[in-house]
Parts: sequence; C-alpha cells; structure tokens
Amino acid sequence: MPGDIDVQYVARLARIALTPAEEEKFGAQLSHVLGYIEKLNQLDVSGIEPTAHAVPLVNVVRADEVKPSLTNEEALRNAPVKANGLFLVPKIVE
Amino acid sequence: MLNQMTISQLAGQLGRRQISAREIMAACLEKIQRVDGSLHAFISYDAADALAQADAADKDLAAGTTHRQKPLLGIPIGIKDVVAVRDQPLNCGSKILGSFVSPYSATVVEKLKAAGAMVFGRLNMDEFAMGSSTENSAFGVTRNPWDATRISGGSSGGSAAAVAAAECIASLGSDTGGSIRQPAALCGCVGLKPTYGRVSRYGLVAFASSLDQIGPFAREVGDSATVLGVISGHDLRDSTSVPTPVPDYSAALDGQIKGLKLGLPKEYMIGGLDGEVSGAVQAAVKHLEKLGAEIVEVSLPHTEYAVATYYIIATAEASANLARFDGIRYGLRVDGADPTDLYCKTRGAGFGAEVKRRIILGAYVLSSGYHDAYYLRAQKVRTLIRRDFLEAFEKVDAIVTPTAPTAAFKIGEKADDPLQMYLSDIFTISCNLGGICGLSLPCGFTANPKLPIGLQILGKPFGEETILRLAHAYEQSTHWHKEKPPEKP
Repeated sequence: MPGDIDVQYVARLARIALTPAEEEKFGAQLSHVLGYIEKLNQLDVSGIEPTAHAVPLVNVVRADEVKPSLTNEEALRNAPVKANGLFLVPKIVE
Repeated sequence: MLNQMTISQLAGQLGRRQISAREIMAACLEKIQRVDGSLHAFISYDAADALAQADAADKDLAAGTTHRQKPLLGIPIGIKDVVAVRDQPLNCGSKILGSFVSPYSATVVEKLKAAGAMVFGRLNMDEFAMGSSTENSAFGVTRNPWDATRISGGSSGGSAAAVAAAECIASLGSDTGGSIRQPAALCGCVGLKPTYGRVSRYGLVAFASSLDQIGPFAREVGDSATVLGVISGHDLRDSTSVPTPVPDYSAALDGQIKGLKLGLPKEYMIGGLDGEVSGAVQAAVKHLEKLGAEIVEVSLPHTEYAVATYYIIATAEASANLARFDGIRYGLRVDGADPTDLYCKTRGAGFGAEVKRRIILGAYVLSSGYHDAYYLRAQKVRTLIRRDFLEAFEKVDAIVTPTAPTAAFKIGEKADDPLQMYLSDIFTISCNLGGICGLSLPCGFTANPKLPIGLQILGKPFGEETILRLAHAYEQSTHWHKEKPPEKP
C-alpha cells in the first residue's frame, strides 16, 4: 500500500540504526511526504520514456593507460583503523 | 573596504599595484573575525594558508603576471564544505566524516588556483546539501546577513551569506534542486547554476548525481561570469562533463537585450507566492521590457509535479551515493558486533535527521514492489518536465520567474515540517530535472523587515551567455546590487 511505509524495515535495508523516537517521528513525516508524492498518479505516463539523465550522453571511454593516482598512504590517510597498509574491519569469518 | 569590491575593481587596482593581494585577504579575514561569530557562514578557515596564498599571488604580480593571464589573481574565493580542497578538512556539514582531510583537490579548485585565486574556508551547508535553510548542519545554523533571526537559505547558505556579508569576494556552492539560487535570493547576491555537464564535478561529494552541479556566488553579475569562465569545461575525470567549448562569458555582458524573448510561465503564479515577491518580480519583468526584451506568456504544464518528482529521484540517488559512508574507509566508525551492526551504528550516530529521512525515502522508492510505482514513474514525469522546457525554449530565449515564493523565513519556522520545507524549492527544482541553466539576482526588498527578493532567469541548455546578458543588463540599470546588509548583523 503506497504511503504506508515500514520505517523500521527500510532503515534496516539502508543500514541505519534508529531510536524508537526517530522511528515514530520519521514514520509520520514520511507518510505525509508520500501522501504528497501520490500526486504523480494523476498523470498518464503511458508511452513516455523515462529520463535517467538530462544530457544525452553515450558511454565515455578512454585509453586504458596507467595514470597517477593516490598513494597507499594517502588513500589510508582518513581510515578510522588501519594496519600494514590496509583498512582494518571487524572479523567476518570465524 | 577591499572586501566590498568586485573582481574587476580589485583586478584593476592589483594590476596598477595600488593594493596587494595580502591586503585583500586581510580585509576578508578581518571582516570574518568581526561578524562570523554571529553569522556563522564558515565552519572553519585556515588563515595562515590563506595569507601564504596571498603572498604567492603578490609574488606572481610582482613578476609581471596579468589578469589577462590569470583572471582571478589575488581574489579570495570561499568554498562550500562539499568540494574537496587538498589538505583542508571536508565534512559536508555532517558528523559522519569525522576529522576527514581531503587527499586531493576538486577540478574546480585546481582551476581556481591555476587562475590565481586564493581559495580558502569551509562554508557551512545543510548536511550533504539536503535542505533549504542551512539549519541541517551538524556545525550550527548560518544566519541571514540582513536579519540574524532568519535563515540564509540552503543548502549553500554559508556560500551565500559569506558573499553577501563581504567575508569573501566570491564563493562556490552546489545546486541539486536550488541550493545555489535560493540562498542567493534570500541573502541578496547573484547565484548561478550552470547547465548539467558544464562544470566538472570531480571532487564534489555526490548527493544526487543526475542533478548536482557546482556554480558561483558573487555580488555582481560580471563577477559570476568571470568565475564561471574559469571553472567551466570538459574534464576527463568527470564522464558527465560535456566537451562543449567554453565561450567568453564576460564578452556577453554588453547590455544588448533588445529583441530577446522572455517567457513568463503562467503556472508560476501560485497561491503560496508572497505579494511583495510577486510585485517585485512583476516590476522586474516590466523593467526588462523597457530595456527592449519582448515578454511572451509560456506554459510549463507539469510544474506542479516537480517537487514530488524531485523528492523521489533525488532521494533514490542519495540512498545509493551515501552508502559509501559506512565507517570502513574514512570518517566516523562506531564499533559493532559484526560488520552490519557497525554500519548501522555508524550511520545512525553519524547522519542527522534530514539525511536519515531522505536515505530511508530513497531506499523505499527503489525497493522491490515500489520501484515502478515511484522511481520509474518519477523518471517518466521528469521526461515531461524536460519536454515542457524544450518546447518553451522554441518560442523564447529565457524564462523569468521568482526564485523563491517568499523572502527569508525565521529560523525554526519550517524545521519540523519537511514537506513545507520541500515546497519552498518549488520554483528552482524543475531547472535541475530539466538539465537547463539558471541564475538568481536581486530584484528588490520586502518593506518591513527589509529582506532581499530574488529574480530567477532560466536559460536553454548551455545558454549561460544569454541569462548572464539579461541579468547584467537588468542589474546595471537598477540599484539593488548596491544595497548592503547592515555592517553587523
């Protein structure tokens, strides 16, 4: 049912932890917004092509040549946790 | 008052060696120290680096470099906190980037520096450019230089307020649904959103990739043309930038608008339009007619669907773009029992309310079972909106509208009502959906309190010369751009 949004479920899909207060507040606000968006159902869009991009561009390719890029040190400069030139992440496989 | 002057005035005096770049930079820094405590246009600025750039510019001038070679030599330009400047912080007005420092510069920043500009400061914004008031920044609200109890507009509120208050000479912002034009209107300066593809977005943190575009803020149209000329052009590092040649925008500012056809869209005279705003825009249209433009009524029949279309497409793209903020490679990390728990906790703690709402809305309209009803339908309506513009532009050279339905509203007034906030973008959003260009310039003030009103001029794809020509002719024959906000807000 459009307009009926399960905020807890969608927040989980989007990997965002919400407090119960946020869930309640966002649920009400987003239902309101979705109610407004229903407006689009007034239009007949049959036979209309979707626009993904305003400027008609075809695939842009370049020669497959090595160009200068960030060094390992610079790429890791903002890492929350790093070691041995790598990003450290929580254990995934036991 | 070097910080109050235009680029062409400063360039003249620098060229004659009557002033130094260091004096200009010092005047801006002094103004920031005096007023930014109450305005809060800047999240931060690196005064030592700014003055070092000034000294380098002075050396360049002493060696005989001219403004013909480097059009922005010795000009201080502030940067919205969403554009990367090497070795400077980048936060996008959010907590989630933590103590991020950019490892590289955006193409626009490289171009500004190559043109001699002194690039400095991190200008405040709604978090990830999501908002219309700069109230959604994790670093506090940017206030309006004309009335500190009111918003500066958004999302580029810091970029607009800093230029209007003469804390810098020009600035860069980004515009996804009006984020340059609306704050320019509300703060009383000139804001230009170039055609999609005109300016490289390499080094711009993505919000909605099919809509985002970088553009300049300035106090006069001539300065907008100068900065636009510097930052425009094809870039191999942004595959959506277009290899259309960059014209000499300044050369278009010859005051000749006789015979240009201006469209007035009948759908823009909506109920929520403030009487004083409507009056100022109608007077501006009459003035343009007196200058020789021909006024033609046009129809953009799908205007009323633009806000709904935008909040599907922009949030869908944002939900994908902002997936990269996961606590792994940069910024904030909140530890969790497993990777998924880490992502959820990091994003829950790092994102503010509006960003969370939009990511959730975007994930929803893309989710299984809803994709066709929302996202695909919105993309089809986008086709209709773009078609409206292209049909109108067969009859006219530019379209004139109000930039925003009201002057700056009070801080807090719409903070708890997202839909009302979204509707304040009603006149600016279609331009991004259609991929056309647009600018806002001052066209009057409300009576009490005295607040700026903006006139929006929309142009054809790559029609920046025409809208700049019109804006310049209007500006130079009116006095609005000479009005200054109070010295201390």
